[in-house]
Amino acid sequence: MVEVVERRMIVPNLHLLTVQAPEVAESARPGNFVILRPGEGGERIPLTLADWDADAGTVTSVFVQVGASTAKLARLKPGGQIPSYAGPLGRETEIERFGTVLLIGGCYGIGSIYPIAADLTAAGNRVFVLIEARSSYLLYWEDRLRTVSERVTVITRDGSRGYKGHVTRLAEILTLEGIRPDRIIVYGCTYQMMEVSRQTRPLGIKTIVSMNPIMIDGTGMCGVCRLTVAGERKFACVDGPEFDGHEVDWEEFLARRESYGPEEVQPLHRSGCASRF
Amino acid sequence: MRLSILSGQVGGVGSKIDYDRRPMPKQEPFERVRNFDEVALGYTVDLAREEASRCLACKKPACTAGCPVGIDIPAFINCISEGDFAAGIRKLKETNALPAVCGRVCPQEEQCEKTCVLGKKGDPVAIGRLERFLADWEAAQGPIEPPPLPASNGMRVAVVGSGPAGITVAADLALLGYSVTMFEALHEAGGVLTYGIPEFRLPKAIVSREVDYVKSLGVELRLDYVVGKTRTIDALLTSFDAVFVAAGAGLPWFLEIPGENLNGVYSANEYLTRCNLMNGFLFPAYDTPLKRASRVAVFGGGNVAMDSARTALRLGADEVHIVYRRSREELPARAEESENAEEEGVIFDFLTLPVRLIGDERGWLCEIECRRMELGEPDASGRRRPIEIPGSELRLRMDASVCAIGNSPNPLIPMTTPGLDVGKKGNIVVDEATGRTSRERLWAGGDVVTGAATVISAMGAGRTAAHSIHETLSGRHGGAER
Repeated sequence: MVEVVERRMIVPNLHLLTVQAPEVAESARPGNFVILRPGEGGERIPLTLADWDADAGTVTSVFVQVGASTAKLARLKPGGQIPSYAGPLGRETEIERFGTVLLIGGCYGIGSIYPIAADLTAAGNRVFVLIEARSSYLLYWEDRLRTVSERVTVITRDGSRGYKGHVTRLAEILTLEGIRPDRIIVYGCTYQMMEVSRQTRPLGIKTIVSMNPIMIDGTGMCGVCRLTVAGERKFACVDGPEFDGHEVDWEEFLARRESYGPEEVQPLHRSGCASRF
Repeated sequence: MRLSILSGQVGGVGSKIDYDRRPMPKQEPFERVRNFDEVALGYTVDLAREEASRCLACKKPACTAGCPVGIDIPAFINCISEGDFAAGIRKLKETNALPAVCGRVCPQEEQCEKTCVLGKKGDPVAIGRLERFLADWEAAQGPIEPPPLPASNGMRVAVVGSGPAGITVAADLALLGYSVTMFEALHEAGGVLTYGIPEFRLPKAIVSREVDYVKSLGVELRLDYVVGKTRTIDALLTSFDAVFVAAGAGLPWFLEIPGENLNGVYSANEYLTRCNLMNGFLFPAYDTPLKRASRVAVFGGGNVAMDSARTALRLGADEVHIVYRRSREELPARAEESENAEEEGVIFDFLTLPVRLIGDERGWLCEIECRRMELGEPDASGRRRPIEIPGSELRLRMDASVCAIGNSPNPLIPMTTPGLDVGKKGNIVVDEATGRTSRERLWAGGDVVTGAATVISAMGAGRTAAHSIHETLSGRHGGAER
């Protein structure tokens, strides 16, 4: 049982959720997630961490409201209770001095990359950030991200801010911006992570993606989050969620994510686009 | 004949030995496949006393020797035949903290009942059913009074996992005056008793009653607490005098055949967790769904396979198959469970090995390719080795499959605890006589040590570890070390 400190819609359909969970806050690392149940009888849904404060004992995530469970979350008010909140789960992001790192975020992932950018910068990397949204009014945390990176570049699909289009323009944008990343890390919808991986493969840039399958327990017990990476079966909850995007079997992953689409379960809380993915 | 038994003359001069076990009242198959209520209804007082009166009260009871926790079986059975149920349950609880659970899910036919003298010529005494009877009788008397607790000895023990091993250690140590905190990763306590064993075999109300009992002993329960992640073992060791790890069998095994990542393909853990822990059978009243499938294949022949197949029937499947590569004789499931499954209409495809799962264009399972097997010479397990018959391929049309072939121990604690010795299969290595791991002040037991095994063996391991923890800490407490 944790108490909600803050829950507000930061841009249409995207909500910020901060809870009082001191032990999670103390152990949290970039790239971790939590599993929560929005109410009694609710599903267990994973949310990536966007921020935490060990002194205040608070943990923050950004989530998309898509289905029944996230709708419950979106109705929470400060002082409200979340019956289950377990974490931090998953392996943390590898933080080393890689050289130049580009962090790409979309949707909830714009929040998730913030702590990663902060740690990578602190570790002595040149950190660049690229964030994407359908339109400028769906962007958030641009200023925060600027404090932990050299530059924040924006793509909007309608061209209302920054580059017009989608990450399909990644190779071109890298040239125009003069960014030569040694590593790219992507947090966003499946389509975005898959597309970035497709783009960077011929460029030979190591690309890390944070996979967001359906999960139940999040501790390796049920196996629903399995995916194929480099021909091997992996469990996103304990082996990931970060994997090498060039090694993920994307087609299979997309089919598995869709499996409960009709029931609107696990209602794509961590997913980015208005589309199914 | 029954009259003579009821008059308590069994074993006396001239009395006849009663070789016939009293049958357990059960829900009728046609009825029970449509509900999730418990199948076996339990003995009535009369049936229990009749059955108890069959016990020969052997001087050297072989049944007790067959029990992993050494319950004084003739003593509690004698209480039943005399009608003193309160004394019976007290006797039982001296050695077994979870009688309502063990009476239902222990493989008695492999343990206490296997060695019952009556079993040589007839049916062994139904020890498990009698154990269950006492536990249920006690529950029917209203809230259970916790036994008097000793004064706190000031020492703190952390128990990781709230399944059968964890509950046993927590209860044993609380009764010795330790301050115990039990950590559970999921949102409900009970471990496999809660997420794994279905309602129709072990009602959740019974599990929560047992958990409440442990809490009544002063044990603090922390839910949603993933040891290894929320806190590491090393962090726990800074605030607790000892830690006992009973994190269970985690990672599910798959067959490692093509097509296992298709939709509609489940591990038994996922299938049963969705149904039991998340109440998927009550969707949409509860939010977690469990897809309705019309034809379901379950791979494996153990109790978990039977639980999965019977769950599938209750969820409304038209046809459910157990696909097992050996024959009926080798089924690892309890006979009672495979019989229940068969009565309910589960179809057994023996000597059949799934070799490939085939999906439709949308990535959903639609067919299973299998090969027929024959039995060769016995293998290392003592069972006859199944050998594929060349050219015997067959296909079964299925829209869901459940893989129930076992689990490896959960990896979270081995992954995050330096210096902890771990075996080839990811199991935590312990000294069997004490449950000690390679790390100081750290004990382990249950499935995380043995891989998936029985409830009672986990409890036995818990008992051993609790004893060793007490011995170590009480020695240290009085000694110079502390």
